This record gives sequence, structure tokens and C-alpha cells, in this order.
Amino acid sequence: MASFNHPIYRNGAGALNGAFKNLPVNEVPTQSDGAPGVSLETVGDATLVVQLSGVWRLQKKPTSTSPVQKALETSHIRSVRFDAKALSSWDSSILMFLMKVTELCRQQDIVADREGLPDGIRRLLELAEIMPEQEGTKQTTDRPSFLARVGSTSTGSYISLSEMLHFLGEVTLTLVKLVKMRARYRTADLFLIIQECGPQALPIVTLISFLVGVIMAFVGAVQLRQFGAQIYVADLVGIAVVRDMGAMMTGIIMAGRTGAAFAAKLGTMKVSQEIDALITLGFSPLEFLVLPRLIALCLMMPLLCLYSDLMGILGGAAVGLWMLDLSWTTYYHQTINAISLTALFGGVFKSVTYGVLIALSGCLRGIQCGGSAAAVGEAATSAVVTSIVFIVAACGALSVIFYIIGV
Amino acid sequence: MNSESPNEIAAEAQITVRNLTLGYGSVVLMRDLNFTVKRGDVFIIMGGSGCGKSTLLRNMIGLIEPSKGEIFYEKANFTRSDAEERRSFFRRFGVLYQSGGLWSSLTLAENVALPLEEYTDLGPVEIREIASFKLALVGLNGFEDYYPSQISGGMQKRLGLARAIALDPEVLFIDEPSAGLDPINSRRLDDLILAVRDSLGATVVAVTHELPSIFAIGNNSIFLDAESKTAIASGDPKELLAHCQNAKVREFLTRGEGRPGE
Repeated sequence: MASFNHPIYRNGAGALNGAFKNLPVNEVPTQSDGAPGVSLETVGDATLVVQLSGVWRLQKKPTSTSPVQKALETSHIRSVRFDAKALSSWDSSILMFLMKVTELCRQQDIVADREGLPDGIRRLLELAEIMPEQEGTKQTTDRPSFLARVGSTSTGSYISLSEMLHFLGEVTLTLVKLVKMRARYRTADLFLIIQECGPQALPIVTLISFLVGVIMAFVGAVQLRQFGAQIYVADLVGIAVVRDMGAMMTGIIMAGRTGAAFAAKLGTMKVSQEIDALITLGFSPLEFLVLPRLIALCLMMPLLCLYSDLMGILGGAAVGLWMLDLSWTTYYHQTINAISLTALFGGVFKSVTYGVLIALSGCLRGIQCGGSAAAVGEAATSAVVTSIVFIVAACGALSVIFYIIGV
Repeated sequence: MNSESPNEIAAEAQITVRNLTLGYGSVVLMRDLNFTVKRGDVFIIMGGSGCGKSTLLRNMIGLIEPSKGEIFYEKANFTRSDAEERRSFFRRFGVLYQSGGLWSSLTLAENVALPLEEYTDLGPVEIREIASFKLALVGLNGFEDYYPSQISGGMQKRLGLARAIALDPEVLFIDEPSAGLDPINSRRLDDLILAVRDSLGATVVAVTHELPSIFAIGNNSIFLDAESKTAIASGDPKELLAHCQNAKVREFLTRGEGRPGE
């Protein structure tokens, strides 16, 4: 019971302090009056006296109003009074109870006389009733009909598509400005972003690419060894990594790492009005924020992709050397013969495409960001999802195009 | 600068707003606002929460395009200007944002220096000197190499002001200057704003609902009312307090004491 005297109950929320000051919190309730009690007594023919007693705390199960309801419904009660002499202490739980009783009385046109209640309770009840619920403020939670949902989803995707195209158009115009050497951005920012999305990404690219190489070699080795063709593990890993996996792995790593960072950074700048401040100084956010990010990723992605190719091949070589007992030179020559320069350039080209997609999705989601912390989180999530979807789609499309033009 | 400059704009008018309708999408916040801000005025945009004060300000600085109507600075049409013309308007604006809008990745000196780098041909040494001077004006000398996150809320507001006055603007826009400031800092900021107005001869447009600020700095105002979606009073706030008969305006300016029937 001592826990009821915890300071938290004595320091009520600011506005309620006054109302709660009659709260006899310092009285340690005795065992007998511990539980909240309600007893009903009919005085005369038409008056119900609700006697409240004990300690009312939110931690306990709420006291039911059904006895009161029953009493009100069964007899010819015309008015209700309250008696709180035995009440030792209370909090919002008693208010909930009294609000429900008031509501019951109102429904049956019964007068509820609050005279017998402590001042604090009376004041809080009056405060809660002083402002009638404003019409139209309660939001309807009705689920819209199926057709309505289909409709709003369609218009939503139409709007988001047109926003995306608008953004793409503006970026194109900005690129034209860049070519004309009229784009304005801070070179210091560009180098900082290059450092963030280039050298700082090396450890994770190393780890993932090496392991992907190891995994591919391992899967291939188990199969190829059955035919004594384990030497072709080098071809398998070399071609797969150089043509696709290197660029793809780099793309996905950078989408998660840098795309999300772009969206979060730009989103936060939007929330804190930093982007507004740029606009009203005549800076275009596209030039000032998006362009350096786009350039940085376009410069760093091919380099990271080449590095990832190398790491993937080394991963394959590790399996070849230790598991398949191939010699270092054999593996090297087999790989060099397997991969062509065209395949290498194809991979690098793909990586640049992915870089553009990551930068654009990240920046688009950041700039579209709403005005709250939750919106920044959503922007980051959406940036990663968008860029990965686009990367995979672009990979498919480019592979088909390369096949058709015979690369 | 602009072709459509109607003759009926008064010579001393710095800002003229004509039939301006504000809104987001299909939601209309305010209709047909008409007002003039004279050069050197401290013009207060007042009104209850959510009535469109900040939206009006954002329209005036070009962050939102108005649904209808036009805004003129001196005789040039701001609303109908193209991107290149906008830049020359922006050159004459200084904006102090509600949440600061300070560039968190730049130091205090760089924050003030960026507008100067953009619009002047000064060398880095001169720019640094001017930036330090502007910081000194708002009492932030010595903090040049701090980042905005390393200084207190009141200091951030003052940094915002230093950045807003970096280019000696003709019009200084201020969104909720005293939001989140203690009374003393809020008073200091008001004094700073007045000092800037007096020394630079700038026109100030401020959105605020802090009564002490309104009476301390304002000499012209407009009162927006969310219910009727229009301006229900305008003029010197002190005059409004003394003479305005409108119950809503009186209630606002007296913190509810002028409520009818009480």
C-alpha cells in the first residue's frame, strides 16, 4: 500500500495540480478501506445515494457501474446524490466511474447532484464538460468501401508517378546546367559525399563481395567436382561476378547504406526547414543537394564495382585454392580467359546505372519527406525499397538489351 | 524588372498583396487578402493557431504558390516572376525560420557566409570578416567555428537572425521569433529585430502570437480569422487594442479578458 504514496501521484500534471490538491494522498490507507467501494442506498422514494469509499487507483480493475445502472433502471429514481465521506484517496479512475454515472443519469433524465463530492473531483468533472465536443472533430474510423480504396490507391500511384517524372525532369534540367558549368553547389560538399559513399563503403563491400564469391564457388564446386570439372569454378565465379553480381551486390549495399542516408539527410533538412532556407536564398535544392550526391555516386559506383569484382574473384579463388586444390596460377589463367573486357564494361555500366537510380530514389524520397520524425523514417525505408526495386528491374532490362545487341 | 506593374501601387509601399487566396490543394485557408506594408514598417501577421499565418508568410517568400492573387514588392510582381527574376527578389529577402532552418552541416560562420558567397564577389577573407561581424551583431562573436547543434536554442534564433541579415535585406521575414524562448531572450530578440530595422532600414514582416512582442515591435498588423477565412482587422496593434470593436480581435489582444459577456 505504501507504493500509493509514490511522488508521481503527488505531482500531478501541471494543469491538474490545483484540482488534485485536495487529494488526501498522504494518508496511508488502512487495510479495511483499501479497495474502492460503491454502495447504494435509496433515500425516500426517488433519491439514490451513491456512497463512495476506499482508495481509487487506476492500477486496479475499473469499478463497474452496472449496480448503479440496475438501480437506476429498476426503481423510480428521480435524482442521484453522492456521498464521499468514506473516500480516502482517488485519481482518474473515480472520474471515469462518475462520468459513466453522469452519462447514465443524462440518458434517463435523472438529476445528478454533485454536492457531496470533494471539490477537486467536482472541478475536474466540470472542466471535462465545459467544452462540448466540436462537431466534425471526431474522425470517422469507418473503413472506406473497396472501390473507394482502389480509387484512392490508383490516384495515389498516379500522383506519385507524376511527382517522380517531375523530379526526373528537373534533375535533367539541372544536369544541363551542370554541363553548361552554371550549376551552383559547394565543392566541399561534393568531396565530403564522395568520401562518405566511396572509401567509407569499402569494408562492407569487401566483406559482402568476398563472401558472395565464396558462396558461388562453393555451390559450383560441389556440382562440378562430380564431373571432375572443378577448374570451371573459376569461369563460373569470374563471369557471374564480373557481368552481374559485382554491380548488383554493390548496388544493393549502396542502396541500403547510402540511399537511406541520402533520404534521411534530405528528409531531416526538410523537417528542420533547411531546404526552405536554401530556396529563399535562391539556391535550387536540386543543384545544391541532389547534384553533388548524383555526381558522387556516379563517380564512386564504377570504382566500387571494380573493387567488388576483384573481391568476388578472390573469394572464388579462396575456395579453389583450399577446397579444390587448384594452384594460384591455374585459377588466375582460367579466370582471365573466361572473362572478357566487354563483360567487365557491361558490369561497370550497370553499376553506374544503379548509382544513378540510388541517388535519385534517395534524394526524391528525402525531398518528398513530410514534416515529422516518422516521415523521415518512412522516407529512408521507401528510398531503400524504391532503389532496390529499380536496381533489380534495371538489371533485368539491361541484361535483355545486352543480349539483343549481342554484348 | 517586371512588365505588369500597376500604377495604383502607392510609392511608399514595400509590399502589396492583392486578392490573395491561400490554401493547400482544394482546402482554402484564407480568401481575398488585400494589404499593403509600408517601407520601414514592422508588420505583424496575427491570428489564432492554424489560421494560415505561416502559410501567408510562406506565400510571401515564394515557398508556396498562392491559389489566386498576386504579391508585389515595390512595383515588381513577385508571383508572376520567372526563376531568374525570383533570384533578384530573394537577394532582397532575409528569412528567420520558425525552427531556425540553420544548415546543420555548416559552422556558424559558414551559415552566415553562404548567402554572401552566393551573391557577392568578395574573397574568402572578406566574407569571413563580414560573417564574424554579423555574428557579433547578434552577440555570437567567438562562436564562429561551432556547429548549430552545439549552441542553445536562443543562440540558434540569433544565428538565424544573423544569417537573415547577412545580405542587408530590404525585407526581413520572421516566423514565430519567440517560439521556445524564455521571456528575457524573447525580449532581446525583439530588441535585435528593432535594431536591425532601424539600422538597415529594413521592412519587417513577422508572424507571431506573443502579445508582448506584438505590442513591443509592431506598428502595423493584419488579423487573420480562421472561421470567416479572411482578415478581420488591420492596423497598429496598439490602436487595435484601444479602439477595435471586433470581439475576436479584442479577445486575442487581451488574452481573453475582453471576451463578450464576461
